[in-house]
Amino acid sequence: MSRRKSEKEYEKTFACHFFRWMDGERDPYLGEVEMQPQEAFQEAEGEAEKRLREKNILLNQIYGRRKSRSIRNLERFYRVASVVFCGILIYLLLLTVSYLPPIGVAERPINNEVSARYIEKGLEETGAINIVSGMILDYRAFDTLGESHVLFVATVTVLILLRLDPGKKDYAGVSREEVEANDRRYEPKNDAILQMSAYILVPAIIIFGIYVILNGHLGPGGGFSGGAIIGAGLILYLNAFGFEKTERFFTEKTYRRISFCSLSFYCIAKSYSFYTGANHIESMIPKGTPGAILSSGLILPLNIAVGLVVACTMYAFYAMFRKGGF
Amino acid sequence: MPEWLCLIVGVLFLLTGIVIFAIELYGAFHYDYVLNRMHMAAFGDTFGIGVSLLGLMVINGMNFTSLKMLLVILFLWCASPVSSHLISRLEVTTNEELEAHMEVEKE
Repeated sequence: MSRRKSEKEYEKTFACHFFRWMDGERDPYLGEVEMQPQEAFQEAEGEAEKRLREKNILLNQIYGRRKSRSIRNLERFYRVASVVFCGILIYLLLLTVSYLPPIGVAERPINNEVSARYIEKGLEETGAINIVSGMILDYRAFDTLGESHVLFVATVTVLILLRLDPGKKDYAGVSREEVEANDRRYEPKNDAILQMSAYILVPAIIIFGIYVILNGHLGPGGGFSGGAIIGAGLILYLNAFGFEKTERFFTEKTYRRISFCSLSFYCIAKSYSFYTGANHIESMIPKGTPGAILSSGLILPLNIAVGLVVACTMYAFYAMFRKGGF
Repeated sequence: MPEWLCLIVGVLFLLTGIVIFAIELYGAFHYDYVLNRMHMAAFGDTFGIGVSLLGLMVINGMNFTSLKMLLVILFLWCASPVSSHLISRLEVTTNEELEAHMEVEKE
């Protein structure tokens, strides 16, 4: 390679730096950036005492530890129980590890036939044309059950954090109505264009969501995506018309009932099918002809249950972040 | 229409759509003020997607998939201008120094 520049000139160019950095010959930080060792953490003389005193004040006065004996007992029990629980968990996990096949055996999990079986026998065993639906709602229905419960628990946690106290009238000098409306002060209210477009779009969105849920075992879709679409439609409706309109059909009571019914229906239905499957009993639920809308056994009702939970969760999150309640 | 003509017309539409998306991206990052950026984004959402999907519809021919694409175009033409309208309305209500950016009509 003929080089026009001399070695010294070449060392100053960008290309030289870049290639040397790329080859790892030179670290651009080494020697260029001043590096200081971190100082050891040292607390001032009275700081530790003060911190402990404040912690005790917090525990005794705010949480009332000194007053009630049951709270103290609960605290002790909690410490013991957490250690015991962690120990049991570690024991169970190690026990599971001991059952794993050793390295180099042909029956290792990576060589198993589960995925091949899903693809080959999925239609026959679940009755769903959409293999993904057959997997998540039949073979791995426990997983989906956990996911829908995670959604429910997330809503409950947000409710604990954000809900406005029903009996409280005054929030640090601000009335309840103002607290509810504080993030909507500048928002366009009763916008005619938004209301007209929501009037046209919301029915279409909700019908599309229902279609996606009901079609979950026949094509792409299912409870999670369809429920998210319905939730988006409800949020659009809420944005356009306000809480007075949506509270006619969706309140906290509706949310409670729908979530409870869907989740418990899911539990019961899947318990039944796991029970029959584990004991080799013939299931009562007919599979139907693959491709028909009423087919594939439990997958369609389970899709509806999951869709209802997801739609309610989306709407509930939005309502709570906006108003602190339904 | 013969098949090759469909393909050529469709590809031309698609290329126009890609050029429009490029303009949209450039504009959305080039401008500083919210209304200008909102305008560029809405421009891509309606015109760019409309032209691109029109090209795909021409290539695909008359069938159910084309009808779905038409519905997607209609949906976006309903939804995107409304969201831009809401953004601009919020900006006009909240920005106190609106005269620095534009002429404001006094009522």
